[in-house]
Amino acid sequence: MILTVDHVTSYRYAQPVRGVVQSHRLTPSVFDGQTALDWSVSVSDGLKGGGFRDGAGDWVQGWSVPGPVSAITVTVRGTVRTQDLAGLLRGHREAIPREAYLDDTAPTRVDAALAELARSAGGASDPLDAAHRLSAAVARAIAYKPGATHAHTTAAEALALGEGVCQDHAHALIAVARHAALPARYVSGYLMSGGDGSAAEAAHAWAEIWVQGLGWIGFDPANACCPDDRYIRLGSGLDAQDAAPIRGTARGPGAEVLDVAVAVQAVQQ
Amino acid sequence: MRPNIGQRPIVPARKQTAGLPPGEARCLSAVRPRDGEPFLVISSFNEMYHNGTVRSPYARLEDWTKAMPAELRQMKQAEAEALFRRIGITFAVYGEGGDPDRLIPFDMFPRVFTGAEWARLERGIKQRARALNAFLVDVYGRGEIVRAGRIPAHLVYRNEAYEKAVAGFVPPKGVYSHIVGVDLVRTGPDDFFVLEDNCRTPSGVSYMLENREIMMRMFPGLFRENRIEPVDSYPQLLRRTLASVAPVKCDTEPTVVILTPGHFNSAYYEHSFLADLMGVELVEGQDLFVEGEFVWMRTTEGPRRVDVIYRRIDDAFIDPLCFRPDSLLGIPGLMDVYRSGGVSICSAPGAGVADDKAVYTYVPEMIRFYLGEEPILQNVPTWQCGKADDCAYVLENLGDLVVKEVHGSGGYGMLVGPRSTAEQIAGFAERIKADPGNYIAQPTLALSTVPTFVGEGVAPRHVDLRPYCLVGERIELVPGGLTRVALKDGSLVVNSSQGGGVKDTWVLAE
Amino acid sequence: MLSRTADNLYWIARYAERAETMARLLEVGSRIALLPSSGTGYRSEWESLLQASGTASGFARKYGDPVQRNIESYLFFDRDNPSSVASCLFRARENARIVRTALTTQVWDAINTAFQELRGLERRPRSELELTQLTEWTMRHTAMLRGAIDATLLRNDGWDFLNLGYCLERADNTARLMDVKYYVLLPGVDYVGSGLDNYQWTTLLRAMSAHRAFHWAYGGEVTARKIAHFLILNPQCPRSLIACVDGLNTHLERLARGYGRNTKAQTRARAVLAALTDGTVDGIFDEGMHEFLTRFIGEIALVAALVHEGYLSGDVR
Repeated sequence: MILTVDHVTSYRYAQPVRGVVQSHRLTPSVFDGQTALDWSVSVSDGLKGGGFRDGAGDWVQGWSVPGPVSAITVTVRGTVRTQDLAGLLRGHREAIPREAYLDDTAPTRVDAALAELARSAGGASDPLDAAHRLSAAVARAIAYKPGATHAHTTAAEALALGEGVCQDHAHALIAVARHAALPARYVSGYLMSGGDGSAAEAAHAWAEIWVQGLGWIGFDPANACCPDDRYIRLGSGLDAQDAAPIRGTARGPGAEVLDVAVAVQAVQQ
Repeated sequence: MRPNIGQRPIVPARKQTAGLPPGEARCLSAVRPRDGEPFLVISSFNEMYHNGTVRSPYARLEDWTKAMPAELRQMKQAEAEALFRRIGITFAVYGEGGDPDRLIPFDMFPRVFTGAEWARLERGIKQRARALNAFLVDVYGRGEIVRAGRIPAHLVYRNEAYEKAVAGFVPPKGVYSHIVGVDLVRTGPDDFFVLEDNCRTPSGVSYMLENREIMMRMFPGLFRENRIEPVDSYPQLLRRTLASVAPVKCDTEPTVVILTPGHFNSAYYEHSFLADLMGVELVEGQDLFVEGEFVWMRTTEGPRRVDVIYRRIDDAFIDPLCFRPDSLLGIPGLMDVYRSGGVSICSAPGAGVADDKAVYTYVPEMIRFYLGEEPILQNVPTWQCGKADDCAYVLENLGDLVVKEVHGSGGYGMLVGPRSTAEQIAGFAERIKADPGNYIAQPTLALSTVPTFVGEGVAPRHVDLRPYCLVGERIELVPGGLTRVALKDGSLVVNSSQGGGVKDTWVLAE
Repeated sequence: MLSRTADNLYWIARYAERAETMARLLEVGSRIALLPSSGTGYRSEWESLLQASGTASGFARKYGDPVQRNIESYLFFDRDNPSSVASCLFRARENARIVRTALTTQVWDAINTAFQELRGLERRPRSELELTQLTEWTMRHTAMLRGAIDATLLRNDGWDFLNLGYCLERADNTARLMDVKYYVLLPGVDYVGSGLDNYQWTTLLRAMSAHRAFHWAYGGEVTARKIAHFLILNPQCPRSLIACVDGLNTHLERLARGYGRNTKAQTRARAVLAALTDGTVDGIFDEGMHEFLTRFIGEIALVAALVHEGYLSGDVR
């Protein structure tokens, strides 16, 4: 499939800011399941900083805006050819060993309810089966409901609530997978969500679990499936914050208003 | 943040890591489980008087001591203190009450090594520094030592000091740890043991330099009679070392700075002292910013590019975009510039994984693996109860050993055999049997002593040693280091708040 | 030089000068309080002083009624009062500690000795300490610091930033002290030219260690016009506004030459100096002394803001 992405993030500041610095993971991962045909990222008034491929295989690009400015727009546009690998992250080069993805972080900490959820999904014949069972269990336990949770909701809180969005599903799956001694990580990317074209899910997140013999495999409990050719993978981390496509700071006293617009569409062939 | 020097017991303490309790005792016999209890002291090696004679390096010091009446000594001691105050070398401990301009007690009786003794220490320390750096490059690269099964993967990759943010990156000249502080104790004429390695930002070097300066001012005669190797080249060597690891994008004479957490930090004096002697700016996080592909400092004439940052703040605080987002000490975006070759950070983020207490045990293995050499300096022997043979030995000899939990902290979950009752030993044996992998054991060591001025005379007191090895394009070690001394009789604690002090450390020219 | 280092140097000078002014103000207060009858009574003068030093509300919160002993403590020792002599000296010393290596041993000694002695003074019972002892002590130490700076410090940009701090703070302080006398202390307009008026002017001159110099220069009666000329327009008087602004210009010019770059602070300071050079006593009284001083204080604050923006803020381009 060929997907186009149009992703605009704008920041507006009540008072002008200086010294804006951002770190982006906004470039499609390099692996057998996707190839960027064209891709561009721009930042209004921005100076492009250093770029490098990090240990997780993601392209990280620094940006800065000296300012003072009252608004910043980050524009991502591009076209990616994708292929359905049933979630397998084949041909992806990375330097961080899987053991580094076994310890939890604050949003993925396991409480009694998550432990019980992991236990209830037990009885698997092999690690791949275990991963599927865990993903299905998370999909059942947390209903998709935008607005029920926020950026800092933890996996435990989302499970208690029984509702959440893709970030919560991914955190919960990572938590139970690590609890079951499976290395797991958070993946951010885009999803061509078809029918309703909901922008909230076009900027998407899911989890990857490491399975002996197969390597990293994607699981998307929010959609009860493995990533296929509707997905574009950007980068990974221990949790949502660690894998954030944009991290940044600005120096200034005023409040910041964030606005995100994402459209992912299939090109008719 | 807590300082390494002066607050640290002579036994290895937990690494300087913000947010963690200080002074966690680890890995060695000589541990104080509770404050105020004396150490068990076995007859120790006296570095001056041995087998009824004066050892050669101290030969001239005997006359010097004898020729010094008590009044003169007291006068000199007062003079030394005035000099320290005058220079401003004080040890401020904010937030702990007491005098913010406290001095660490300085003992005028020097500690002396022969050239031959030092030559061996030097080879051993440099060997260790090379192996530790090779290890760091390896574990952030292909991890050959783990693949070869020479060190367990979880000890490295699940270590809290492992930074995945630098995985896959090789810093300039392949150096992660540019200043390696190797803490040593001595138990006999030829017996030295490494207590721990400090690969991040070992402190205390300003005392090495100041102690020498004060001794030379007060006792110039001693320096005429004894041929003592100078240490004053350290700041220039440090500067050269740092300049030698300039980043790939630096094509001019590199601008080096020292990054301090600020003037409230207890080691601030040392930071400003080194910056001054090196002729480089002492900056705080707020003085630096990222713009484009580089890091800049804010000056009265506008931004000036910075190429090498000798940082004296912890990994967790250097870049809020990459590590702790609540850090106000750091520079947002620094890690992106670092990894894309726009700036060098010394020591490199992630260097702490090499000086972790669990990893310490494997340093001899690193030396063999990377250098194909046998270790010149020994670790304190450590039995790992997770290994069946070791465990059997430990259980049989509990009464003579110190047993600790691998991940224990603060001296909890520890058995000091020679000080425990049969009941306690039996109880602990059960705990080891239940979870052998969680315990290590070490022998009790009798730390050496050096004569020290006390009260009306001279008496032996326990000492340790921290030399500072510089690793850049070249590897350098000035002949000397910081000797810390436990001023209380029988104490092994050199902690300055508990009566610890410092001494000048001499290496005699051959 | 790091902007922060320049800022520290600048504030060492401002705090040292401010400590000195506070001591002089205390001196004025105690002398005026010695006057048997000042019309509206002794209490209100101390209150006026508190108002003049901008510390009245803080004092009222802590002590209530202005009793001389409390006022002395508040203005000299109290660390809760950011303008007290002790607060200023402690902060000057803390700024110095941060940039210790940019100072000579003599400068550090001067400031550190003041700090150590002050801690000794704090431990002594107040009843043992006469106010004049304290004010003289302050002036002695600030003079030693000033001397150490002039005698030993390298004449580089750091020296200029120290001097900018001194000039700006002193210009501001002289203007404020005059305003206190002119606007605050005198009970009413009909007192102008009275014995009380003269006494107060003389006291002010004494507090500025300038009354002898004044008499040598002007002779005869002390009048508001002579004083205005002396403290505003006479470049020979080291605390006059014109002397301070002249110094300000000297150091801004040196910086601009050294850095090869002009700043807005320089332009502004030149304009202030030109106005003073062309100024006359008649002009000042036509405008109104209080109005003139208020405007001047504002001008100086603007130059200080421009110095901050152009050198110290860290946002220099």
